[in-house]
Amino acid sequence: MIHVEDKELVVPGQILAEEDYYSGRGTFKDGDSICSSLMGLVSLRNKKINVIPLKSKYVPKKGDVVIGEIDDVRFSMWGVDLNSPYSGILPASEVFGREKKELSKVFNVGDVLFLRVVDVDEVKKVKLGLKGRGMGKFKGGILVNITPTKVPRLIGKKGSMINMIKDKTKCKIVVGQNGLVWVKGEKGMEQITKNIINIIEAEAHTSGLTNRIGDKLFLLVDGKLPEKQEEEFEITPDDLESIEDDDGSNNENGNDSKINDNNESTDASTEEDELEKPKLENIKEEIESDLKFNSEKEDKNEKTSYLDTFNHLKAKNNNSHGLGEINKEDVSSPTLNIQNSSKSEDDNKIKPVTSWKKKN
Amino acid sequence: MISITKNDKRDDGRKFDEIRPLKIEAGVLERADGSAYLEVGGNKILVAVYGPRESYIRRLLKPNTGVIRCRYNMAPFSVDDRKRPGPDRRSTEISKIAAEALRPSLMLEGFPRSMVDVFIEIIEAEGGTRCAGITAASVALADAGIPMKDLVVGCAAGKVNDEIVLDLSEKEDKEGQADVPIAMMSRTEEITLLQSDGNLSEDEFKKALDLAMEGCRQVNKVQIEALKTKHAQDVESES
Repeated sequence: MIHVEDKELVVPGQILAEEDYYSGRGTFKDGDSICSSLMGLVSLRNKKINVIPLKSKYVPKKGDVVIGEIDDVRFSMWGVDLNSPYSGILPASEVFGREKKELSKVFNVGDVLFLRVVDVDEVKKVKLGLKGRGMGKFKGGILVNITPTKVPRLIGKKGSMINMIKDKTKCKIVVGQNGLVWVKGEKGMEQITKNIINIIEAEAHTSGLTNRIGDKLFLLVDGKLPEKQEEEFEITPDDLESIEDDDGSNNENGNDSKINDNNESTDASTEEDELEKPKLENIKEEIESDLKFNSEKEDKNEKTSYLDTFNHLKAKNNNSHGLGEINKEDVSSPTLNIQNSSKSEDDNKIKPVTSWKKKN
Repeated sequence: MISITKNDKRDDGRKFDEIRPLKIEAGVLERADGSAYLEVGGNKILVAVYGPRESYIRRLLKPNTGVIRCRYNMAPFSVDDRKRPGPDRRSTEISKIAAEALRPSLMLEGFPRSMVDVFIEIIEAEGGTRCAGITAASVALADAGIPMKDLVVGCAAGKVNDEIVLDLSEKEDKEGQADVPIAMMSRTEEITLLQSDGNLSEDEFKKALDLAMEGCRQVNKVQIEALKTKHAQDVESES
């Protein structure tokens, strides 16, 4: 018998289920009943119950990659603070083998390192190493601290979230499994990235987070967009249609007179689409800004790419109207066609609109 | 003696088995790992939890499990006459019993050689601070994400004017005949703290204990609610 739902918030000691179920992480068995040992969210997998904590401390595990700060230099090892109840040690032999050098000349107190946990023994003595790709000392940048359990959320599915942030802010970001995040880029962008990461931490449990973070990124990174977005906040049914129109023209494309420009962006959007669907409405904005920029540029090589575009579209729109037909038609008619297609193609576009409404 | 109980009402208008108005808020401090703020009657209590963290007192750490340390402290302005700041006999005792009341609920086996620090600060006192302190400390521990078997909840019962009453106020505590503060784990109802001050017959004691346990159940509901609303707020503030 089960007493909770998936993703339900539970408190320590709360009875989650009886019999038939297996006790997973964050739970314990008391007689027949399975109880939560943490304040967190339930995750049900088949018959196994886990509780994912809202807050936690990092406990070092063999094989983890972590970010640590040197807090002690001793005769043959460095002491490393891992943002955990347990501090790590980095033996000199891990860094320069048999050679003997003065340790403080290589790393000194305050240096931030990207490390691998080589071994953790029974009394939680943590041995660290520098062997591996990208391991070593960070130069410059800032450190952001998040709860270790929220690291997966920051990275996203197949890195969708972190890559989005990287793309937008042009910052280098390294995430350690101990909840420390190193960010380096332009000073302003570093701060933006830090804010974004903090938002992700605070709202890690909410749904549609990647979407909202995308919006926020645009607001913070591109100075122009805030005003534009605010216009879009007040959405009337007409606005809604016009938004769909824009999206539609990008997807269907070829119906507009600016074939070339649209085609380029279509390729981009479909590619992105495969990677991560909810991001679509950002791409729209990206495309819009790209359009203005590109339309001037691409006029020159219009002739060469026109044919390519035509073939490309033909292959794409096999099931819909022949392209020739549409070209003959009036400018106003394609919009009708577009609306239908955009609705049928995916619901993603409509969702963001409603979320903006809520914000307002 | 002043009459504190009239008919079936107490001096402050409560029934014999009624607790004072209670408010708990979780996660009020930014820099602490976990925190809670509690108000019950005229009491105002702030609890901060730090850890599990590396034990800075070597002799305390245990190689097989984590340890909990507790500090109960009253602010100089928390009582009518200024309290001389610093630890005294009473606060040392309450620190010890609070740590022992909370320990059975914690599962610190996963954090050997570490230490959890609990700071219970009494900002304003009006009777029953030890129970309220333990109640708030348990919320703060849960807020810190420390694995625990159960929430610990404290409540007192006592004898005033030959009547067994629940949740004594300062006046009732001073002028009453007995005071029985208890703390228990909410789910299993194991008692982790039991003190008794004053004279009670065996029957009266049993009655007081039952009443205090009933009070604990009521307080526990507020505890759970506090933890859940703190989280719900995070969601709301976004939309």
